[in-house]
Amino acid sequence: MSQVLQRTWARFVARVDGPLLLLTLALMATGLATVHSATADSSSRLLAQALNMSIGLTAMWMVAQLPPQKLMRFGVPLYLAGVVLLILVFFFGIRVNGARRWLSLGFTRIQPAEVLKIAVPLMLAWYFHKHEAALKARHYAVACLLLLLPFALIAKQPDLGTAILVGAAGFYVIFFAGLPWKVIIGLLVAGAAAAPFAWTMLHDYQRKRILTLIDPSSDPLGAGYHIIQSTIAIGSGGSFGKGWLEGTQTHLEFIPERHTDFIFAVYAEERGLLGNAVLLLLYLLLIGRGLMIAANASTLFARVLAGSITLSLFTYVFVNVGMVSGILPVVGVPLPYMSYGGTALVTLSVGIGILMSIQTHRMLVRP
Amino acid sequence: MLARQSQLVAPDRELERFRFRVSLAGFAVFAAFVVLATRLFHLQVVQHDYYSTRAEDNRISLVPIVPNRGVIVDRHGTVLARNYSAFTLEITPSRVDDLDATIEGLGKLIEILPKDRKRFRRLLEESKTFESLPIRSRLSEEEVARFAANRYLFPGVEVKARLFRHYPEGSVGAHAIGYISRINKRDLEIIEDNEQTNNYKGTDHIGKSGVEQKYEFQLHGETGYEQVEIDAGGRAVRSLSRSAPVQGNNLTLTLDIKLQEMAEKAFGDRRGALVAIEPATGGILALVSVPTFDPNLFIDGIRSDDWDQLNNSPDKPLLNRALNGAYPPGSTFKPFMALAALETGKRTPGQAIADPGVFNFGGHQFRDDKKGGHGMVDMHKSIVVSCDTYYYVLANDMGIDAIARFMGQLGFGQRTGVDIEGESPGVLPSPEWKKRRFRRPEQQKWFAGETISIGIGQGYNSYTPIQLAQATATIANNGIMYRPHLVKYITDSRTGEKTMIEPEPLRVLPWKRQNVEVIKRALVGVNISGTSARAFAGAGYTSAGKTGTAQVFSLKGAEYKESRVKKELRDHALFIAYAPAEQPKIAVAVLVENGGFGAQSAAPIARMVFDYYLLGKLPKGAAKEDDVEGD
Repeated sequence: MSQVLQRTWARFVARVDGPLLLLTLALMATGLATVHSATADSSSRLLAQALNMSIGLTAMWMVAQLPPQKLMRFGVPLYLAGVVLLILVFFFGIRVNGARRWLSLGFTRIQPAEVLKIAVPLMLAWYFHKHEAALKARHYAVACLLLLLPFALIAKQPDLGTAILVGAAGFYVIFFAGLPWKVIIGLLVAGAAAAPFAWTMLHDYQRKRILTLIDPSSDPLGAGYHIIQSTIAIGSGGSFGKGWLEGTQTHLEFIPERHTDFIFAVYAEERGLLGNAVLLLLYLLLIGRGLMIAANASTLFARVLAGSITLSLFTYVFVNVGMVSGILPVVGVPLPYMSYGGTALVTLSVGIGILMSIQTHRMLVRP
Repeated sequence: MLARQSQLVAPDRELERFRFRVSLAGFAVFAAFVVLATRLFHLQVVQHDYYSTRAEDNRISLVPIVPNRGVIVDRHGTVLARNYSAFTLEITPSRVDDLDATIEGLGKLIEILPKDRKRFRRLLEESKTFESLPIRSRLSEEEVARFAANRYLFPGVEVKARLFRHYPEGSVGAHAIGYISRINKRDLEIIEDNEQTNNYKGTDHIGKSGVEQKYEFQLHGETGYEQVEIDAGGRAVRSLSRSAPVQGNNLTLTLDIKLQEMAEKAFGDRRGALVAIEPATGGILALVSVPTFDPNLFIDGIRSDDWDQLNNSPDKPLLNRALNGAYPPGSTFKPFMALAALETGKRTPGQAIADPGVFNFGGHQFRDDKKGGHGMVDMHKSIVVSCDTYYYVLANDMGIDAIARFMGQLGFGQRTGVDIEGESPGVLPSPEWKKRRFRRPEQQKWFAGETISIGIGQGYNSYTPIQLAQATATIANNGIMYRPHLVKYITDSRTGEKTMIEPEPLRVLPWKRQNVEVIKRALVGVNISGTSARAFAGAGYTSAGKTGTAQVFSLKGAEYKESRVKKELRDHALFIAYAPAEQPKIAVAVLVENGGFGAQSAAPIARMVFDYYLLGKLPKGAAKEDDVEGD
């Protein structure tokens, strides 16, 4: 009987990567505690987030069971479905606060851009894998086009945060697939040259956010308010923080969006620099583990996908913490496993699940 | 096929290249985390103190606690200005989305009249951004309860218990006491100039006139503060500490409000002014300017119909005639002229002239009041019978410069420095004054003929009633001149210590005692056998006085007949007096606008004031006009 149990358990955990799981659980625990502090007035958020996390963990476990070859098959359909939905959003999306991001299905609303965070790297990784034998310049060009289409559709909604994440995920795949350095450098130069042009393409509110970053006090009650209040929260936290549930900026509601995009300010105020060091270390270890998995992956598909997912995770963290601490402009990017919200949690967990799958299936697939 | 072969060897190189890029990515990630950590170190360690302060500033708000304004009482302790607490319904416009709908909704619970709305609109235009503004004041208990039950429907609307100023005597003495009203932009500048900005946080009202204005910073007190923790919405979460406010200092006036009230009543429905001074101190016993107004109307922003009524009335109730009205003194000027003549040696008391009833000068006839003249007139008689010709000649003999010098020393044509605002200097005519006053050279020239009418208090002469009262008190006081003042002492609200407003001798005029006595004897004669004898018949005390009539309208040559002249053009009646004659306790100057002869309408008012002040006799109703002619 115990043998049966043991075997079942062994099968249950066979595709789970211990370090990834432990790091994820540690981050989730920290996230839950912080969400509780940020929403001390209502416990319903805390329960909902716990539920989101269990859904995330389930999704992670399920994805981890699928071998990379099977994952590869999802690439094209997911990508196509995602792009079609984005086009539908473009025409029929629901406008909320001036942005067209949601699609109504009658009984619920979905945000198709979220799917692309996984679909784009899957698709591109599949594409490069398919042409692995003879990668030529045109393949990179096609990959770029495959990336640009959803990127443009999302940026147009507008949802700069998601567009950056999708764009980054796609770019990481292309980068790991071996995009020549001269092209990368060329792109950087071209990008710098195009910056003034891009500036004119930005929406007014986006431009304002960048300007406020340079001088938040120019608009202390408007666009600068978020940055001013979150830097006050972080700075006043000091070395050791004000203590859990003791943050005045948090509990007197000075921090806007404190349980979602700005939750890092809540954490930093209450846990101080020490807590921040622990949190950053957790992320660093998670990313390190991801890069290790990428380095050891057995196929090109697995390698570039693992690399892209890991660097995407880094992008979340860097953009979010950079924005909340006032060195990057305000864009809607959540902090992985900390910010309240189910969608991002599931997307992230699927990503970790893919990493687990790649790690635990690597011996089965020989080149 | 060959190409494929060559590609097949590649995987190892591919993998190497990939791993290189992964390490590169790892390095980039690490570098980016170092950037984040540096930023966090900068915020949380280097700038920690700065951000801690900002967080505290965010969370802690100082809520001012407005002090009770000092109370004003008269010389006998009767309360003239006090505070009471009442409920007001207030709206903070910045916290209300739809102001009209909110007011509409409130109107269903609590009576809000159109005039309340109008006043609210006006306050809204003048207000600082975040303050709450009253829409209704003096709510009844029932109204408060009704609002409290529905409070949740009206965010940004509150019932507040506020202190209100109240003037129990109403319109009596309003020009002296003044009133407070809501702070406007000009007041804010004054507050700033006096470095009182912090002390006025939370204060809505400020003294606008009278003693309330002049002693504002004594009456206001020190604002207390409560430290409260607030949330981002500005709502107070809890109180952290509190420093109590210090009540304003109380003022005790020299004013006798009963005397004031009696004097105001004595005018009946006539316009005019009266200033009663205690000669030995300069303390003002009564400062009458009628018609007067109810200062209670102004406190919460005067309603526009009240304002229109006060402001557009031809009787100008808001004008403080006692300080700001300037009138020719008429014959009340004569005793001062006579004293000037004695002091400058131009006349001796016994020197007499024969009065033919007219004085011819430069082809112009200056007429005496009495047809055919007064016969032989010496100084005493000139005052008692108010002989014009005596003063025509005297003025001509003295010359304008000597007159102006002497009268200037007596305070004519200068502000007395009384402790309330709005005093007019009046006009002390002189060649220099004329040069300043007029622009065209032909107007600037002083004509000798102009000096002659100056002698009987006409011409360019123009003085305020308070100047006249001060000069009278100075004569009564044998040349010691005090600054008239309304506040007797200030009581410190903390220590109870009284700060006396010291009688302040402005100057001591070096008059010869026997000269002053000549004038005083003559003034006593006026009340015994002269122009005001009738008004003072049977008084239980000795008194000294002089009547006067100031021409409003010059009837070139024709005889002045009251009935023939429209009321607004009738002469102003004046009277100066003091009593008791030996040891003066009270000196007055009375002016009745368009009152005709001074003896007829002004002197009886002074008699009533003296009767009350010296004997405690209260008259019935207004002073009757004596049927006397002549000034």
